[in-house]
Amino acid sequence: MKDESVTEIFSHELPATAWDPAKKAIEDAKIQVAMIGFCGCWGCHLSFLDMDEAILGLLEKVTITRSSFTDLKRIPHHCTIGFIEGGIANDENIEVLEHYRENCDILISVGACAVWGGTPAMRNVVPLEECFREAYIDSPTAVPGAKKTIPYHSEIPKITNKVMPCHEVVKMDYFIPGCPPDGEAILKVLDDLVNGREVDLPSDINRYD
Amino acid sequence: MSVKITLDGKEISAREGDNIIDTAANNGVYIPSLCYVKGKPCLGTCRTCSVKVNGKVMAACTIPVSEGMEIDVNGTEITDMRKALVELLFVEGNHNCPSCEKSGRCELQATGYEVDMMVSRFPYRFPVRTVDHASKTVWLERDRCIFCQRCVEFVRDKETGQKIFSIKGRGTESRIEIDAALADKMPAEQVREASDLCPVGCIVDKTQGFDAPIGKRKFEIKTIRERVLEGSTDEG
Repeated sequence: MKDESVTEIFSHELPATAWDPAKKAIEDAKIQVAMIGFCGCWGCHLSFLDMDEAILGLLEKVTITRSSFTDLKRIPHHCTIGFIEGGIANDENIEVLEHYRENCDILISVGACAVWGGTPAMRNVVPLEECFREAYIDSPTAVPGAKKTIPYHSEIPKITNKVMPCHEVVKMDYFIPGCPPDGEAILKVLDDLVNGREVDLPSDINRYD
Repeated sequence: MSVKITLDGKEISAREGDNIIDTAANNGVYIPSLCYVKGKPCLGTCRTCSVKVNGKVMAACTIPVSEGMEIDVNGTEITDMRKALVELLFVEGNHNCPSCEKSGRCELQATGYEVDMMVSRFPYRFPVRTVDHASKTVWLERDRCIFCQRCVEFVRDKETGQKIFSIKGRGTESRIEIDAALADKMPAEQVREASDLCPVGCIVDKTQGFDAPIGKRKFEIKTIRERVLEGSTDEG
């Protein structure tokens, strides 16, 4: 992703306070989980928090590395579980999802967008050009008098023609449908994985809306 | 007349001529279905009720039981085939449950839960289908139609008996059509009946929507499995 022709500093290259070695040893011994949101609304991440106090029990066994909660922007080392929210809607999403696949043993598609494209996939029945035209050229909310242009820059990810489910880009191991899934459903799948049980999402907590 | 049949390895007696779905339900075995309506002639369109009868795959709603029949409902292979059929329906149209008025009351959604569908094994097609809003009372959300033909057969003009809904085109070009003039003659109760009869959110009553809050919707109060096993026909 880094463009060598321009001088840029990524946040993970900035100096940071070192972890307390004792605390780091405890966290390193736990099951490592990395999380990411692609083309979605982060609602599945909020649903993760919706498991309420059950999260305390879960965090006895797992530690969260890269995620929006920890504000870590890189996967620091190989992880066991990757929690993937959102569908794949641009080239950066593809690159990062592949990075997750390479660095996680198990990937879980969480929520309708990751599972089949979800609400963003509603644009799949409209040609991309028309989407851009509606959003930037013929937009009813465009600033009057402003130059009408579709934003383009080498650092802006390129939008894919269609929003894809994650499993059409890389192999996904488990799926939790729902928009968003209940915290209970997310907990059930993670708890099964963490405790070495076969993943089973019973029909009474499985839902698609 | 009573006949002896074997249902999932268990010998039971059944009334000759009853179809397999009803016979199984009477014996506590749920067979999912999206086109069959108890008490109405079978349509055999959705195939979601496929079971093995004497080793052959058949739609359970179309087959009357007969002496010595061996029926496999919950075998591993046939269970997965039924799941695949439901998964096919989800990729064929655009089934966006989060934005659908029928969510929670939708038989396709409820059946998806019953067959433990998490994702479809088939690629999502995202077909382009237009909504028909010509009728004063009915939205025709073609994205959601699964071509069960319940509305085609069972919703008719009260005076003439003429069909109000029909299917035009073939293959991927097939689409559900509505006769707006006849549809506008439907009394409010008939519009409600048509909308309830639709197993998905294709026929939507323009005058009502999102009546029940999440947690109190039809299949949240009682699952489709429980309703079928009870022989429940109420649409509440």
